Amino acid sequence: MVELALPKNSVVGRGKSWPKPANAKKVTEFQIYRWNPDDGRNPSIDTYYVDREDCGPMILDALLYIKNQVDPTLTLRRSCREGICGSCAMNIDGENTLACTRAIDDVKAPVKIYPLPHMPVVKDLVPDLTNFYAQHAAIEPWLKTSTPAPEKEWLQSPEDRSKLDGLYECILCACCSTSCPSYWWNGDRYLGPSALLQAYRWLIDSRDESTGERLDNLEDPFRLYRCHTIMNCARACPKSLNPAKAIAEIKNMMIERQV
Amino acid sequence: MAQKSTLLTPRARVSFLGSAKSGTHHAWLMRLTSFALLPLTIAFILIVLSLAGRDFQSARILLGSPCPAILLLLFVGVGIYHMTLGMQVIIEDYIHGTHAKHLALMANTCFGLVLGAASVYAVLRLSFT
Repeated sequence: MVELALPKNSVVGRGKSWPKPANAKKVTEFQIYRWNPDDGRNPSIDTYYVDREDCGPMILDALLYIKNQVDPTLTLRRSCREGICGSCAMNIDGENTLACTRAIDDVKAPVKIYPLPHMPVVKDLVPDLTNFYAQHAAIEPWLKTSTPAPEKEWLQSPEDRSKLDGLYECILCACCSTSCPSYWWNGDRYLGPSALLQAYRWLIDSRDESTGERLDNLEDPFRLYRCHTIMNCARACPKSLNPAKAIAEIKNMMIERQV
Repeated sequence: MAQKSTLLTPRARVSFLGSAKSGTHHAWLMRLTSFALLPLTIAFILIVLSLAGRDFQSARILLGSPCPAILLLLFVGVGIYHMTLGMQVIIEDYIHGTHAKHLALMANTCFGLVLGAASVYAVLRLSFT
């Protein structure tokens, strides 16, 4: 059965409350999930106070303020700090999003931060995305052709190129897949919104010659048809993409080749 | 379900037993039955409303006459089939143990068949007695 309660060793307790910065005029409280695989203890929620006059406007700025000035053991992924690498995806105030593009003032205090839901945790805010990346690899996200490669580039009309808009922008941050209840319950067999959006990006690419093979590979009660159009994916996507629509288009293609 | 070894590579884990190459027919039937239920549900509501104020005998006569009876048969048949298909998806979603899942899927189909047979018998009995 689906597990609706956390296993005993995952139950979250109260953690440490760190001191407020001295002489700070504007302070915001952050409650952050902490878990260390090495100390054998249950996860906990630590409380931090950020001096807003000494910190940038985004959640990522606050996390780096905490890491640099309060608690260097706080572990998180980050890289580009401008919403293009997808590294700092996490659950902020109940929504999966990127810490670098979510403003502190847009979230009600205290700011609650957890790792992406329903994924194994490596440490603190770092989820294990091994399965997520393997699912992306499984849809073979590259141009597949049997026609010998042309001397220059594969040609594509502007109209056909425009079909990739709203698909190619995906940064693989995993906000959508980890917001999807169907992916929570069946993430081992359901490919999830992210991989399926990527699959559609190659299905709809006019230069690709493996459409039928790609559809064969997806036609499965679990791989594709666990999508029940819950739409959390479209709501969560920090790039404002719509994976649910891409999945619906794949389902339409499946029907189109049979009926 | 084949047991997944802990030493499988992530790609092997995702590939699992390969694509079942099915699911589209199920999705198509769900869509078809839901479209069919739109007019059938309206017809069902109209038939039930037209029973208001009738006594037992005239209600029997109305429900047993050809048009209402055929619409009722279609409504229960399509409705129960749609319900069984939907319940199958819910079972696949939430029940993960192989034996429990198979038993639940069998029970679901049997329940739909029994419910359908009883409903069809009830409508036919009104028509032919």
